[in-house]
This record gives sequence, C-alpha cells and structure tokens, in this order.
Amino acid sequence: MTGASAAARSRLFGGRVGIEGATLVLFAGAIASYFLFPNHLALLTQFLVLMMFALSYDLLQGHGGIVSLGHAAFFGLGAYAAAILARTGYNDPLLGLAFAAVLSAVVALVLTPIIVRGNDFTRLLVTLGVASLVYEAANRMRGLTGGADGLPDFEIAPVLGLYKFDFEGRIAFIYAFMVFAMVYVFLWRVVTSPFGLALRGIRENTRRMPAIGSPVRRHLAVAYTLSGGIAGMAGAVLAQTSRFASLDMLGFERSAEIMMVATLGGSGHMAGVSFAALAFGWLKDVLSTASPKYWQLGLGIVLMLSVFVARGGIGGLLDHLRFRRSA
Amino acid sequence: MLLEVEGLTAGYGDAVILEDLSLTMAESEGLAVLGRNGVGKTTLIRAIMGHARQFGGRLKWRGNDFSNRPAAERVELGLGWVPQERDIFPSLTVEENLLVARRPGRFDLDGAYALFPRLKERRRNLGDRLSGGEQQMLAIARALMTNPVLLLFDEPFEGLAPVIVEQLEHTIRRLRSEFGFAFIIVEQHAQDALGLSDRAIVLDRGKIVRSSRASELLADFDKTKSLIAV
Repeated sequence: MTGASAAARSRLFGGRVGIEGATLVLFAGAIASYFLFPNHLALLTQFLVLMMFALSYDLLQGHGGIVSLGHAAFFGLGAYAAAILARTGYNDPLLGLAFAAVLSAVVALVLTPIIVRGNDFTRLLVTLGVASLVYEAANRMRGLTGGADGLPDFEIAPVLGLYKFDFEGRIAFIYAFMVFAMVYVFLWRVVTSPFGLALRGIRENTRRMPAIGSPVRRHLAVAYTLSGGIAGMAGAVLAQTSRFASLDMLGFERSAEIMMVATLGGSGHMAGVSFAALAFGWLKDVLSTASPKYWQLGLGIVLMLSVFVARGGIGGLLDHLRFRRSA
Repeated sequence: MLLEVEGLTAGYGDAVILEDLSLTMAESEGLAVLGRNGVGKTTLIRAIMGHARQFGGRLKWRGNDFSNRPAAERVELGLGWVPQERDIFPSLTVEENLLVARRPGRFDLDGAYALFPRLKERRRNLGDRLSGGEQQMLAIARALMTNPVLLLFDEPFEGLAPVIVEQLEHTIRRLRSEFGFAFIIVEQHAQDALGLSDRAIVLDRGKIVRSSRASELLADFDKTKSLIAV
C-alpha cells in the first residue's frame, strides 16, 4: 500500500481500515452463496433485500444521525408501487424498480419539512405517525392494495426482456444481487463524497455545521430523499421476486427491525450493517424454524447480548479484528 | 467598510445581552474585544455569525444588510468563526475535519498544511486524538478552509501553553500580513490580543465603554486592567 492511497483511504473512511476488506468478503460471500445453497435462493434473495433496506436506513441513522421509526413506509410504498404497476400491465422489472424508487423518493422529499426540523424524539414520533398513516391508508384502499389480503396475483416480465424469473429463484437472486450491488456502490460513493462527510459532521455536531457554511437542513433533506428512494427499491425487489405485496411490508415491526439491524451493524459502517442484516435474517429464520412459538424470545436475547458483546456493532468488531491482525 | 454593526441588540431566548452596540471594521483590520466574563463578548461574535437572537439593529457586510441571512449563508459572505469550544468533529480525521468545511478559494488542504505543518503530520488522527493546541490549530485551519475575509476568534488562547500561544500569535500575524485577513479577537489575555490588533473595544454589561487604538490601551495597561479585571 503506497502512502498516498493509504492517506486517501484514511481520508475516506476515518481510519476504518477494515471496511474495504469486509466489503470484499461480503460480495464474495454473496456470490458464493448462490452456488453453495442452490436450494435456499428465495431466502438468500430476502437477505439481499433486507441488506438493501438496512443500508438505506443506515444512510439516515448511521451517517446523518436521523432516527426514524417509520422507515418501512418507504419500503412498503416501493413494494406496492412495483406490484400495482405490474398489475396494470407495465410489468418490466426495471421499470417497476425505477417507478418505486422515484415514488418513494418523492414521498420522502415531500415529508422532509416535518422530519428535518426537530430533534430525535420528535422525529421518532413524527416518523411513527407518518408510517401509521401510510399503513392505514394502504389498509383502507382495498381496491388498489388488496387491503389485509395483500396483492398476490401479478406477473413480472423477464429482466431486460431476456431472463425469465424461474421457479428455483435463480434469476430472482441474480436480479436482487445486481440491484444490491448497484445500491451498495452508489451509497459508497455518496458516503465518501463531500456530502457524506458533511452528513457525518451533522451527526457529530449539528450546531457547528452552519458555522462552516454547511446547510444542515438541505443536506438532511437530500439524505432523507435518497434513503427513502433506496428503501423503496428494496421493497420493489421483494415484491417483484416474491410476487406479493402486503401490509406487513409497511408495518411498524419492519421499521423497528431495521433500526435494530442498523444499530447491530454499527452506525455508519456499510459492510457491518450488511452483515448485521444477514445475521439478523438468518437468525430469524433459524429461530423461527426451531421454535415457531418462541423464536422472538431467542432473538431478543441475542439482541440484548450484542449490546454488551459488540459495543461498536458488527462493524466495530470487524475493524477490531482487522486492527489486531495487522498490529 | 467591511463590517458595520449598527445599534445591535442581541441575546438568547428572551434575554438581552448586547444593547444598542455599534462598531465598524475596515478591510484587513484587527479588532480586539475585551471585557470581563459575561459582558457579551462571545454573544457579539455569535450574533455576527447568526448564532444568537438579534432583537434589533443592523449588520452590514460591505454595505449590504445581512441581518436576516441564515448562519450557513454568512459563511458564504466571508465570515469565518473559530469558536471557543473549538467543536472539532471527534470521529472525523484531521483531514476530514478540514475537507468538510472546504469552499473554493485560495485556502485548500495544501494551504492549511503549509500554515500548520503539525496538522499535516496528524492528518490521519481522529479529531479527539489531538492535544489542545492541535485542536485549536485545526479549528483555525478549518475556518480558513471556508475561505473567509474576516476571522472571528473566540478565546483562541484559552488553556494553551505559552509556547503554543506564541506560535498561534505568530500565525495570526501572518494571516494579517501575508493574506490580508481582517479579524476580531475576543480574549481574556488582553495583552496578547492587544498586541495583535489595531483597535480595541472594551465591553461592559453589553455596551462599549471604551474604544481606542490598541497601542493606547497597551501603553496604559494598568488602567486597561482596571476596566477588564475581575
């Protein structure tokens, strides 16, 4: 490693040397999993969706320091947008993805005035309130959303007109992986840009930012809009690959879950947050298989333990590992 | 005039701290603001930067009223603030602390590092792994990265070793002579501040009680001390 690139790295990642290594492992693992677990592709696809959703939320909480208890509103909005568009006959997956992203981003943008002002506590209440409204609206608009029954019957056209979604879920996995990779690279560029630096500055010391000429509200509005759009994309991918959209995609539980995942991952650590999503999804699957009745108990215990065992979250552990090996 | 403060009344919440205060500053001028604790020195700086509540009066930048402009936009005008708390971002590296403030102009990373070689050595340190002197250097360098015309120093020497204070004074002199910055300096160490400045004002209970050349206040320092000592 030359001095210049080491300096560049450190400039970008605040001394978190382990993050690129962890990112490589993450991508290699995702690709390997396709070959290692050919019978679990549907589950793996869900993991990818959860990772995308977690990354979208991490942009808010981990980088910008904005907490939200209603981020699933954008996830569900994206899912419904893709599903409803497909039912009207426009069932190209990329079109649906773009539509979901734009719609969720626009809704996020419209909401920014009430999200960006205020403090953490008011934000928790406001985001919770907004998500409840969206949930109830989706519940009432049965004609559009299917209400509590969800939206089951729609077809998704082949990706790029070439790759038909198959029964084993191979194309679904590859499609989800491609979108995930795109989202990851995009977010990586965002958080390492001057804008990303400004977001971290806002998280560290909001008061100080206007004093160096940084428009805090505008930055947070941009972050919220991007985050909403990406959450919408994650929802769209889930709806398209599972051919289903339902109210639980908008629900409070999913919002709370993603906050847990981001915290477990280590705020602002993209690789850590992705691994946390993976661990969370996997744990949930294992525990609910082992005990359909008491799995939440197991999940609760693991989450509580993680606070004591891994202070900086999984991202913190990753950095620590790396540090010890090279020291 | 670079900066005109006309009849400024300012404070926080409902509390009025500065009352009907007026002063002017020319380009490249150095002004020391002296006074006891709690007389409104920091409030003056905060009001100029848009971080206090302005009840009345006008603030003009090169003749244009900027009283209503939000804090972030005042940086674009050319106001650079080095706050008393320094407010370094602890989990950003030294270099990131500088880059986050970067605005186009003559001062870039290289310029900042040329002025503070120590920061270049420490550029990969996190903001909370710095000595007090280094933090102060970083706070000044970060303000320079916004490419200001007028620098506002709030107690820059507080809690620093004499040798560091000397270095910083030297740097502030250079900023005047080589780069033509104007500055306002609020400082408990009145002698240091007067030595750097052209003019000085003494505040008491939110009002200017003395305004003169810095050299006069220095020459009669015993009397000056009686105005500002606790």
